[in-house]
Amino acid sequence: MKAIKIIETLNNEVNEKEFSRREAFNKGINLGIKGLFAAIPLGMLLKPTKTYAGTSSAVDVLNFALTLEYLEAKFYSMGLSSGVVPGTDTAVITQIGKHETSHVATLKAAISAAGGTPVNEPNFDFTAGGTYADVFTNYATFLTLANAFEDTGVRAYKGQAVNLLGTDLLTAALDIHSVEARHASEIRRLRGQKGWVSGNMTAGVPAAIYAGEDNITQGGVDVTTVTSISCLYYGIL
Amino acid sequence: MKEQNLQEKLQAVFAAPLKRKSFLKYTALSGTAMVLGLEACKKDNNNNPTPSGSVTDVGSGDPGILNFAYALEQLEAAFYIKVNASFYSNITTDEKQILTDIMNHEVAHRDFFKAALGSAAIKTLSFDFSSINFTDRNSVLSTAKALEDTGVSAYNGAGKYFKSPDYLTLAGKIVSVEARHASAIRDLLMPKTSSFAGDDVIDATSGLDYSRTPNATDSAHPMSIVATANTFLTTKISATLLP
Repeated sequence: MKAIKIIETLNNEVNEKEFSRREAFNKGINLGIKGLFAAIPLGMLLKPTKTYAGTSSAVDVLNFALTLEYLEAKFYSMGLSSGVVPGTDTAVITQIGKHETSHVATLKAAISAAGGTPVNEPNFDFTAGGTYADVFTNYATFLTLANAFEDTGVRAYKGQAVNLLGTDLLTAALDIHSVEARHASEIRRLRGQKGWVSGNMTAGVPAAIYAGEDNITQGGVDVTTVTSISCLYYGIL
Repeated sequence: MKEQNLQEKLQAVFAAPLKRKSFLKYTALSGTAMVLGLEACKKDNNNNPTPSGSVTDVGSGDPGILNFAYALEQLEAAFYIKVNASFYSNITTDEKQILTDIMNHEVAHRDFFKAALGSAAIKTLSFDFSSINFTDRNSVLSTAKALEDTGVSAYNGAGKYFKSPDYLTLAGKIVSVEARHASAIRDLLMPKTSSFAGDDVIDATSGLDYSRTPNATDSAHPMSIVATANTFLTTKISATLLP
């Protein structure tokens, strides 16, 4: 499976602009939290707080996240073994890779605990059919894709959060979400950029991931009308 | 006029879940139900965070969580405004840019919450930063790190208590910015190490960040978030109706 295809698909699914309340509710209300926590190896993570009918959606959400974590874990693992990462940045990339591997294990355990079956790891083509042929020989290309994966991760967890509303699974998802955001900040800075979005100035690829970074409408309100701060600094992604 | 339209818009977006549905529902019923209705109303919709003595309580329910976030954003904004008013000695251009950006983000967050909460907002808080040496890089950046990490864990911990998916998404958008700040500040203190997402804050086994409710303490955090915030506040806050 082409890595870029995956993130484009993920991105389409979680695009915050298109993520409707209705969809959120359709998915969210169907969470089967009670059955889902029948077996609890992750006791602390998975204490039920609400009971819904059906179990498919929570597992879908987690499997969706798991696919992204597989992708990230594999990407950093291959990057570190390929030698593309310079010694100065090894500590950073190693730490990120460690987290992604942990996220895979955490999500697999959560899916099993929920009575679901973790999806298998796909085969990834990180060159995206040759578009990024030098991903593991050119550090700039490697970081470009790392940037895309991390920012996608942030958006994916944020987009899916509403589907876990009112549950402790939500807390676990948020606890992963902020880790991805820390990673995204660090990768952006390794690329000589700011750690955060500042208008459409990221010049990241693929473009689909970065469309809408200059969005200034939040909760139906133009943020620039409630603060004197420039729209380049609205700080709400 | 523009102001008023904006307020209406915000009311529509933010106040919808705060409508006193339960109150209206019960007013047509018996006196007992009326009392129940008021109770439900009180419990779900504490729109009037009350200063009790010199302490401002953030209230309960979604507005309570938003007010709690608003208090933390007020604190962060005030801190970075002071940092930017007179930068520590020998600050680099890069550091200056980062601290200016963060200040702008936090002010935007503060203003956004204030506008969102409208009449339900707690008052503007006042601060005492005398424990911080603003001329010293380490003092400033260490405080920034603590504030950002605290902010991240506070949003992570509060998320599941939101009833409104809209608030959750907005809080999610803000917490990712706070996490990006935390990462950058940590990297300034310990460049190109694992510290940006260090094992001191991300569980090395699960890969999970901290999540903390306003009053909770644990072995790594003997002081609750409320208590920590209060060390910088001259107008103290409480969150007696939140976990």
